[in-house]
Amino acid sequence: MNILPASRLSSSLLQFAGITALATGAVCLLLFILDLSPVNIAGALAAGSLTSWLKFSQILSIWVPLLLCSCGLLFTFQAGLWNIGIEGQVVMGAIASTILLRLPANVLPPSVAIILSLIVACIGGGLWGIFAGLLKNRGGVNEIFGGLGLNFVAQGIILYLIFGPWKRDGIASMSGTDIFARDLWLTSPAGWRVAPAALVLAVLAFLLSWFLLNRTRFGLRVKAVGINTKAAQLFHIKPERYGLLAILIGGAMAGLAGGLQVTGVYHRLIPAVSSGYGYLGLLVVMLANYKALPVPLIAFFFAWLTAGSIQLPIMLQIDSSLSGVIQGACVLSALLVHGLRKKGGQR
Amino acid sequence: MEISLAVLLAGIAATAAPLVLAALGETLSEKAGVINLSLDGTILLSAMTGFAIAAKYDSTLAGFTAAAGTGMLVALILAVISIWLGQSQVAVGFALTFLCRDLAYFLGAPFARTQGPQLTGSPIPLLADLPFVGSILFNHSLVVYASFVAIPLLWWFMYHTPQGLILRCAGENPEGCWAHGIRPRVVQTVYTLAGGALVGLAGAAFSLAVKPGWGRPQGCEGIGWIALALVIFGGWHPMRVAFGAYLFGLLQMLGIILQDSFPEIPAQIFQVAPFPLMIFTLVIIHLSRNVRNTTGSRLLALLSGTPPLALGRTHRQN
Repeated sequence: MNILPASRLSSSLLQFAGITALATGAVCLLLFILDLSPVNIAGALAAGSLTSWLKFSQILSIWVPLLLCSCGLLFTFQAGLWNIGIEGQVVMGAIASTILLRLPANVLPPSVAIILSLIVACIGGGLWGIFAGLLKNRGGVNEIFGGLGLNFVAQGIILYLIFGPWKRDGIASMSGTDIFARDLWLTSPAGWRVAPAALVLAVLAFLLSWFLLNRTRFGLRVKAVGINTKAAQLFHIKPERYGLLAILIGGAMAGLAGGLQVTGVYHRLIPAVSSGYGYLGLLVVMLANYKALPVPLIAFFFAWLTAGSIQLPIMLQIDSSLSGVIQGACVLSALLVHGLRKKGGQR
Repeated sequence: MEISLAVLLAGIAATAAPLVLAALGETLSEKAGVINLSLDGTILLSAMTGFAIAAKYDSTLAGFTAAAGTGMLVALILAVISIWLGQSQVAVGFALTFLCRDLAYFLGAPFARTQGPQLTGSPIPLLADLPFVGSILFNHSLVVYASFVAIPLLWWFMYHTPQGLILRCAGENPEGCWAHGIRPRVVQTVYTLAGGALVGLAGAAFSLAVKPGWGRPQGCEGIGWIALALVIFGGWHPMRVAFGAYLFGLLQMLGIILQDSFPEIPAQIFQVAPFPLMIFTLVIIHLSRNVRNTTGSRLLALLSGTPPLALGRTHRQN
């Protein structure tokens, strides 16, 4: 480290300021052109999410799956992989946990069933991840396209299950399977939209990811593979093995997110169980510049935008996809600022 | 449902037209060494601008122009941040995919489910009356003819003109280009923009011809990813890439036909099925290339291709 900690801090603060200014400027410009008031919109976003604990816990309920997906993606990004298959891994986790929760009531005690369903969710997501990893290692199929194909397959499987074997009594519909018995719910206290157990699991997953990536030999090796595959090989690190391990861990965390959505949020399996949190997680980690520490904060910011924007059509007749526009603008601004800084550094 | 071969083939030619345009646009920029991963978002955003502008000025020509401009604008952002500022093309493209998608839904909300103009069929006189071939090839809208013409045109441009040589050189060996006094970054920027324009046309081809109208969802979601996969598995060759696009058109048409034959299976399955089927058909073709010394593998060798050597890598000029 040839840079003093203080100057490193100020340099990253400067970057942060640059990214914020650029993204805010771009979004405000767009809103001005459309003759919309940024102040009103910011007010509506805040009112839609920060005015009561119930609404705040709504943010947390988005933060949990988003943080889990982002943590999983940290591993794959560090190994130099674009794990776009994460959406499918969330879906397979949700399906795996539903298999367990749909067992006849007398087979397992409810608490054991919930715990097992979450473990099975990790396995389901992890195996789906491994599948994409093997396609890459054995078949030479780029992980972006293997992952995309597997996402489409997972989407097909979940639709088949919801409309076929697991359809509701009477009529199958996009609203999902039958709701589970109440004792199979991961419960939330009255006035909470998020299960405390899910919050704890997400925080633990983050701490584990940070520790594994920054404080262990395993994390160092994963990074070595990501930075320079050939050099890693010279140190007897098998790139394929570490790539597979990274995608296994990433898939397991995504699967856990899917399992928690099923047991803790929807209490049934729905076709849109992943809600695009996997893809959003990719943006979170890119904005965090692939580092672990900023991830919870950025995930919270994105979750706030997503939760707050649900109110926009009702309060201001504005389409809720504005949250996605802001999130995208942030990531693009970050790429631009990093690019400009790199360019400046070359001179 | 009874369906004749001619109707089926004509249907494939029409439904695959936007995909052909998008995949050829991506082939152009990837041959120059630039991955434009933003295709799925670009198609959606240009479908929206194409429809909105066409509705506003009551002119499909204005719509197609605006859509091509949108595609170029997105490509320009990609070119500036990746080619000129050295950021990862995949990262920028990915961020643009999602930004463009949500921007399309956000800006397009006022136009959702409104009436707008659409491209009508313009059968070619005399040729359209030919038996069988006439209805397959010569009884379409202009954008379908454009997709027919673009395939040989792009192939000829890439492999038989001096400009095409420079284009391929920028993708294979930018340092060599630089040594010959050609600035690879400029070449790459030009073809990224040109490819973006084609992708933009593909978007308008959806919203003004193949799936007329705008809404959420529009119906062209996911096509961008298929186009990207086609370019890779088509070995970066315009003819093979177009062949793949027609294969996907066939899968989509089969989905529509089979849907009527199996009413007990939900329609959603048939809408999703072509996507995994396509990706895995491509994967199987790709995997079977590794098997040596069979007739099949020799056939497949004809279909295989290698990526431009400098694909995705930013040229650093000193």
